Amino acid sequence: MSNFETVIGLEVHVELKTKTKAFCGCANQFGAEPNTNTCPICLGHPGVLPILNREAVDYAIKAALALNCEISRETKFDRKNYFYPDNPKAYQISQFDQPIGRNGYIEIEVDGEKKRIGVHRLHLEEDAGKLSHLEDGSGSLVDFNRVGTPLIEIVSEADMRDPKEAYAYLEKLKAIMQYIDVSDVKMEEGSLRCDANISIRPYGQKEFGTKTELKNLNSFTFVEKGLAYEEMRQERVLLSGGEVVQETRRYNDATKTTTVMRGKEGSDDYRYFPEPDIIKLKIDQKWIDRIKAEIPELPDARQKRYVEKLGLPEYDAMVLTQTKTMSDFFQAAVAEGADAKLVSNWLMGEVSAYLNSNYKTIDQVPMTAQGLAKLIQLIEKGTISSKIAKKVFKELIEKGGDPEEIVKAKGLVQISDEGALRDMLTPILEANKQSMIDYKNGKDRALGFLVGQVMKQTHGKANPKMVNKIIIDEINKL
Amino acid sequence: MPLFEEGLVSLSQKLHNKEIKASDLVDEAFARIHEVDGDVKAFLTLNEEAARSEAKALDENGTAEEAILSGMPIGIKDNMVTKGLKTTCASHILENYDPLYDATVVDKVKTQKAITIGKLNMDEFAMGSSTETSSFAITKNPWDLERVPGGSSGGSAAAVAAGEVLFALGTDTGGSIRQPSAFCGVVGMKPTYGRVSRYGLVAFASSLDQAGPITRTVEDNAYLLEAIAGLDRHDSTSADVPVPHYAAELTGDIEGLRVAVPKEYLGAGIDESVKGKIRTAIKQLESLGAIVDEVSLPHSKYAVPAYYIIASSEASANLARFDGVRYGVRAETNDLIEMYKKSRSEGFGDEVKRRIMLGTFALSSGYYDAYYKKAQQVRTLIKQDFEKVFQNHDLIVGPTTPTPAFKIGENIDDPLTMYANDLLTIPVNLAGIPAISLPCGLAGGLPVGLQMIGRPFGEETLYRAAHAYEQTAGFTLTPAKGAMNQ
Repeated sequence: MSNFETVIGLEVHVELKTKTKAFCGCANQFGAEPNTNTCPICLGHPGVLPILNREAVDYAIKAALALNCEISRETKFDRKNYFYPDNPKAYQISQFDQPIGRNGYIEIEVDGEKKRIGVHRLHLEEDAGKLSHLEDGSGSLVDFNRVGTPLIEIVSEADMRDPKEAYAYLEKLKAIMQYIDVSDVKMEEGSLRCDANISIRPYGQKEFGTKTELKNLNSFTFVEKGLAYEEMRQERVLLSGGEVVQETRRYNDATKTTTVMRGKEGSDDYRYFPEPDIIKLKIDQKWIDRIKAEIPELPDARQKRYVEKLGLPEYDAMVLTQTKTMSDFFQAAVAEGADAKLVSNWLMGEVSAYLNSNYKTIDQVPMTAQGLAKLIQLIEKGTISSKIAKKVFKELIEKGGDPEEIVKAKGLVQISDEGALRDMLTPILEANKQSMIDYKNGKDRALGFLVGQVMKQTHGKANPKMVNKIIIDEINKL
Repeated sequence: MPLFEEGLVSLSQKLHNKEIKASDLVDEAFARIHEVDGDVKAFLTLNEEAARSEAKALDENGTAEEAILSGMPIGIKDNMVTKGLKTTCASHILENYDPLYDATVVDKVKTQKAITIGKLNMDEFAMGSSTETSSFAITKNPWDLERVPGGSSGGSAAAVAAGEVLFALGTDTGGSIRQPSAFCGVVGMKPTYGRVSRYGLVAFASSLDQAGPITRTVEDNAYLLEAIAGLDRHDSTSADVPVPHYAAELTGDIEGLRVAVPKEYLGAGIDESVKGKIRTAIKQLESLGAIVDEVSLPHSKYAVPAYYIIASSEASANLARFDGVRYGVRAETNDLIEMYKKSRSEGFGDEVKRRIMLGTFALSSGYYDAYYKKAQQVRTLIKQDFEKVFQNHDLIVGPTTPTPAFKIGENIDDPLTMYANDLLTIPVNLAGIPAISLPCGLAGGLPVGLQMIGRPFGEETLYRAAHAYEQTAGFTLTPAKGAMNQ
């Protein structure tokens, strides 16, 4: 048991998926040919002026409201000055002391324990371009397509006490952004990026210890692993009588360690001052109300509803609401009349297994919620056995379609007609008389063998319950 | 009599009636340029070929009566971007820069088919009061070639005074339209902040910059401002206030106009010869029925230091984009930081560097509150000074500059004296209000400028008063032709 308490805070950047960039009319689009979505304004040519994209403000307000923030009624933009080739104006338009949102929180759950993590602030700013360095070291190339993409920066309070909480915070944050549909939140495309601050202190100490900042965290898992390593490293430093140095460290997944990127003396003075080209922004109650009305039911509320109204276990409800697509799929299947718990079992079992092994999400497979609901209903009605259902499911998730049609086309309908079953069973039982006798003599396993023989010869189509009943009938007749 | 001395209204009418051709106007401009600009050096770039072909096209197709600027030769200050026409800001760092678009003001005069004669010299990035900080040429005052034309719109004022263009566009951040207009004996208007779009003006100090007209007469000025003013969707600081037909205000009637004369504007540091001319002008306004009062603008003494902090702070960010990465001059090195340092060290002149350093310092962590924030508080006080006066007055009147044009080289090595030259114009920019400078006579053979300051969006009143004065004073100033040839 460690003597130290860990303190973690996260800074998350989320790219907003507005139609156009934050301050010009260029398309906001990932993956276009380099330097095609550019204009004199985002290239920082002489004389240009920024025009604030109202949609970006809408999205930022929406995100702030979804994170339970207070909305600033009067806000402004500021210039953050620094030289770098991906920053054409040599300043970034950001918000310094009047962020759009303040004092929010995110509810997380780790090992069954719920906890509230504060959101210190949320502000709107513009993204930089993308620099790539030629492998032979002969130069660097810069793509300005991304420059001017609206970003929100979400700064948490230093409320997390475990790398697992950081992971849960990010999962929840991502889910909320997806629910309100303001971002693609794809870490691999850079539409969600995270830096982490971590320090440790002896239990009971009020003041924070010296923190380090972690960068190059390209997945939530890296965030958790990087923090876990850093937690251990800092503890080792302190226990050996050393002092933690305030610095920025880079996480390296190959070695699962962090290394120094730059020290505190390398920290910049950004010389923030109010952006004179953009007039002060007033956000009135009407504006806030309009955005509020657009916010759909969020994951926490859905989770609660699944438990209270649909009778799902807490765990199911939490897993199903983690992504909006999965949750929407679940709801649609339930709306088709399928039993909620059965839908949940399928989604968390077979469906998730298929999606995970194929690196897909639920919206990327041809199976519809209606299809899955029908499949479940076919099992409930006894039209197919659950064993056959797995075959139908494979076809359904890979190719889509109507499960009823699949069952018919493949001749998979369960045989539940007693007369027909008796006719089929007679020769099988004749051939396995000894097993019937064994069962009668108390060898329970023999029944399973007999049923198995029947299922084998009927290609699984026989109704197993009825087969059971007929066999026992016949044995009793012996 | 040179055509340009007839004024816009008369020329436009003659052009429309085919008494003259647009080519005649363009011919006169270039003839005059070839005659005097070797000495005056108002122009950095000439647009001769395009200008002549535009004039020809107008002569063939005729002009529309409603477009009063149609066919009129105009000069553009070189900090307004012109598509396909080199725009340098009189700086080496942009010596080869061809803009991708037209500034809104340029677009507006082009839409009316005014003919761009060329780009006019200025202090580098509009930083200066004499046009001596230009990286390319020293513009001379057409009244005395040993003297500066003022700045930073020195090329614009000199070109109008020398008769090289009918009128010109300038920009005014701390007096850069009014001071050169005063020194060159022409009419220059610094409109209300937001009256004219800043889109396409290479930014010096964004919260202060404003474009405006420099003309021979008040009437021409009113027409040119009407043409360039108005809301622009490319500039969110441009104002959604209707643009009046200013010329309709030129009634000559200023009976009962309440005029304030700030005692600070006729106090210490103002040349006696200037004070004399201003007092005479004030008497004339009185004789026209204006009611004159003395008032005080107690915080104006802090305007110069506050201005140099605010303007330099904004400039330090505005000029950071000139980094050699995307356009402009790039010094070839293998190291990024070296490339930045060398490109900027070689590309910028001393005055620009001084202000970038000053602004960078003022915004630095630990100094921000003492400098930038304090300066903004001073700015608020200066604004309140004006608001107070305007509660009971329609107009403030005083000199534009403390002295007439000074000699080339006289102040260039003494930045504080140079900066003090703007003490009467800077408060207006800090307050964001309009002001006009117009000639009120000669002192020692040099023009003296009368400054009139108005309420926000009170340009109409300024024009009315300036026009009434101009008409009864009975002169527009024209430098002797001989002065421009050595």
